This record gives sequence, structure tokens and C-alpha cells, in this order.
Amino acid sequence: MDAFISTYVWPGLIIVAQSLLLLVALLVFIAYVLLADRKIWAAVQLRRGPNVVGPWGLFQSFADLLKFVFKEPVIPAGANKTIFLLAPLVSVTLALATWAVVPLNEGWVIANINVGILYIFAISSLEVYGIIMGGWASNSKYPFLGALRSAAQMVSYEVSIGFVIVTVLLCVGSLNLTDIVLSQNDGLGTRLGLPPSFLDWHWLALFPMFIVFFISALAETNRPPFDLPEAESELVAGFMVEYGSTPYMMFMLGEYAAICLMCAMTTILFLGGWLPPVDFWLFNWVPGIVWFVLKSSMVFFMFAMVKAFVPRYRYDQLMRLGWKVFLPLSIAMVVIVAFVLKLTGWSA
Amino acid sequence: MGLQALFFYLFAFVAVASAFMVIAARNPVYSVLFLILTFFNAAGLFLLTGAEFLAMILLVVYVGAVAVLFLFVVMMLDIDFAALRAGALEYAPVGALVGIILAVELLVVIGGSTLSPEIARNSAMPIPPISERTNTAALGDILYTHYIYFFQLAGLVLLVAMIGAIVLTLRHRPNIKRQDIPRQVARRPADAVEVVKVKPGQGI
Repeated sequence: MDAFISTYVWPGLIIVAQSLLLLVALLVFIAYVLLADRKIWAAVQLRRGPNVVGPWGLFQSFADLLKFVFKEPVIPAGANKTIFLLAPLVSVTLALATWAVVPLNEGWVIANINVGILYIFAISSLEVYGIIMGGWASNSKYPFLGALRSAAQMVSYEVSIGFVIVTVLLCVGSLNLTDIVLSQNDGLGTRLGLPPSFLDWHWLALFPMFIVFFISALAETNRPPFDLPEAESELVAGFMVEYGSTPYMMFMLGEYAAICLMCAMTTILFLGGWLPPVDFWLFNWVPGIVWFVLKSSMVFFMFAMVKAFVPRYRYDQLMRLGWKVFLPLSIAMVVIVAFVLKLTGWSA
Repeated sequence: MGLQALFFYLFAFVAVASAFMVIAARNPVYSVLFLILTFFNAAGLFLLTGAEFLAMILLVVYVGAVAVLFLFVVMMLDIDFAALRAGALEYAPVGALVGIILAVELLVVIGGSTLSPEIARNSAMPIPPISERTNTAALGDILYTHYIYFFQLAGLVLLVAMIGAIVLTLRHRPNIKRQDIPRQVARRPADAVEVVKVKPGQGI
């Protein structure tokens, strides 16, 4: 019995506690990311944004949460009830499940698995099901059109994200997310004889891929300018038309969890994760998690700015960008990077 | 070990049950959703055997891409599956035959390697222990180093199939407005706009 407790019960409890901690921290972070999104958008348009609930509107997201939860969920009469309610659950569960493998600092990860990046890639490719199921189960035209658009969009941009990840993996030689960050301790800068700094991170060596990844991440998470699945000027609100109250909130939560994940992924793959920008005692003293959150927030700031000032793409332009520009570019980069690594003998 | 067995039976039970539901469900969309659940549990079984790379690839390729297309087609088609199923029993002997062949082949493979374990050691590429080489790297060794030409050949076959599909379905329709992005980008204001100074009250 003692052996049972020490091998199963304690580790199980520790994992549950860690997961809860990460979940609560993530949800609070998402609440403020949502607020930041609205505030930045407002600031670009010379508005104030939400500023009533709490000082500077800081509690707005929590007020929204209460409002969503206390509203009555309406299920359309013609809808397929099971799938209609399953869709937001699938969406939010998958979006939160990806966070299990994200390392926030050295060793600060719930599941440090060998194929971490493939796990994230696999789970985020499943997120499309929440949208398709929601669109189909609503049994209405606009949601279905939104679901079809979004499925095509997410499948297309996954391809280029996959190739971008391959170029990074070629440089790293491991699929483990912690290894990917640690490999950015030395890179382009140290090869030129400089001390370890932000020049070593992959964003510089793989700059075109950094840009492709950023734009594909916008498309993959249905952010403007690629928010065609819910283009309100064409499809009312796309796959979410029939949703209200808690199910709607879960879709929103899933969407923002996926956006935060993409920010974290950009940080891990290209911006050196929790590594300090320069090898300086004050910066080294700052805990890694602070750098990680700062970098991810910076990436999110770029997401929010793009939303504020880039007009929405047309659907055929979106497909052209994905298949005719990003795909050839990223395949070419895979070949080029492989050759450079082989010829210079830098491969890990 | 106990926990592993527990998870094995969990994944295996859900996989078999949902595979049964794929053919038993009345609504074809439910069938595809159950198929996805089956894939998911198969990935879980792969993980239990330590084949983590295969598990993730199964999710990415089959669940993330292939099943999405299935779901697409099934949702868009308006098929009366009850009418289709009316004559299904006529095909039962053929189905049973295929099933028996598959079962016998599985028995031969599994029975053979259980009866004489040395067969597994005679394989062309022995599986390295997980402690030495991760299975991602081991698969890479086989596909991209030892059997690179066969792998390339397989890719070529797929390429031919893809080109064939495109050639068969591509239609060039005349009189359609298309966007030519390089031409748009190359256009200068001087080519497109003429600035005219109009005198008041005279028109152009």
C-alpha cells in the first residue's frame, strides 16, 4: 500500500496541483490579454476602450465572465443539441490541453515529453473540429459557411507552420521544447565571436521563417486580418452566430488560449524562450519566467496592432498567400537550411 | 505496470466501441466523429507502446487533415443513408470474407512472432532500444538514410497521382476576372492616374 501511494498517489496529486496552478495563472493571464486586446485596439482608434469596471477598466473581463455565465443559453430548435454543446467544449479543452507541454522556464513544465512540438502541432490541428462541429450543429447557413471557410483556412496554414517548425528543428536537432530554447544559447552571434545575446536566437538566423510563422499564426488562430470564419460584414459572426452565454464564452476562451499559445510558441521557437536578451548580471538575475511572459506579451502586442490597422483579406487572397507564397517559400527554406547546416557542419 | 494495463484497456475498449459505432451510427456525421475518436484512442495505444512519433503523426495526418476532409464531404452531401443501408445485408458475405482474411493475416503475424521470437530479430532494420535512440531518430534513420531511394520513389508516385488529379479536374474558364498581383504591384501612379487641372465652370 505504501508503494502504491508513493508511486501513484503523490505524483498524481503533484501533477494535478501543477496543472491547476498553470490553469489558473493562464486564465487570469487570458483575462488581461483580452482586456489588452480591446485597449490597444481602442487606443489605435483614439478611443478609451473599456474603462468603467474597476480602475482603468481592469476588472472588465471578470465582469464579462459573470455576465456570460448568468445569461440563459439558447439552443436553436433545429440544432443538433449534443454536437452543438460539444463543440465549444472541444474547442476550449484542446486549446488548454496544449499548455501541458509548454515550458515557461527551465524545468517549469508539466509534461516534458520528447515530441513536445509535435504534440502542440497535433492538438492545435484538432482545434478545427470545434469550429466545424459548431458550424454544422447550428443547422443554419452562415455558421456552416463560416465553418467551411475556417476549416479550409486552418488546414492550409498548418502546412506552412509545419515546414517552419521543420526548419527550426533542423537547427536544433530535437523535438523537445526545452531543448529548442536551450539550443538558442549559442547561435549566429556566438559564431561571430560575440557573447551570448539576443542575436543567437532563431529570429535572426531564420528571419523569413519568423515572419512566415507570425503571419501563419494569425491565420491559424483566425485573427484579423484573416478572421474570415467570423467575418461580421459577410457572415454576421460566422460559426458563432447561434451561440450565446456560456457556450459562446467557451469559444472565446478557446480562441484566446490558442492565441496565447501561438505567442508562447513564437517566443520558444524564435525569441529564445526564457533566455535573457543579453548576458548581463542584472538580466541574468531576473527569473526566466519574467522574460518569457515579457516576450510573449510583446508578440501579443504585435498581434493586437495587426488587428487594429490591417484591413481584412479577401478569401481568395488568403488562399493564394498560404499556398502560392508561404508554402514554396518555406519548402525552399527547409532545403536551404538543410544544405547550409550540412555544408558548414553546424548541424546538431 | 498496473497503471499501464489500466490505460491499455481504457484506450482499447474505447477504440473498439467507437469503431463499432462508426458502422452502427445512423447519422453519417456521427460516424465520422466516432472515427475520429477511434483514431484518437489508436494514438493513445501507440503512446503506450512508446511509439510517440507515430502517435503524434497519426493525430496530425489522419485526425487533423484526412478526417477533416471526410467530415467536410459528409456534411455537404445530403445522402439518405437509411435507403443506402437497405441492401447492405447482400454485401455481408464479401465483408465477412475481407474480415476473415484480415483476421487470419493478423493471427499469422502475431502468432508467428510469439511462437518463434527469433523472427523479430531477423528483421532488416533491428529496432534500437529507446534509451539509445529516440524513435523519431530511429524512424528517420530508416526512411531518410537506409531506404532513401524507396522513400523518394514513394513520394514520386504520390506526386504523379496528385498531378493526375489536378489535370483531370482543372478547367480553364475564359472571361473570368483574375487578380494578377505582380502586375498590381508593378503599377506606378503615372500609368494609372492622370492629374487634370480643371478650370472652374468649364469642365474637361
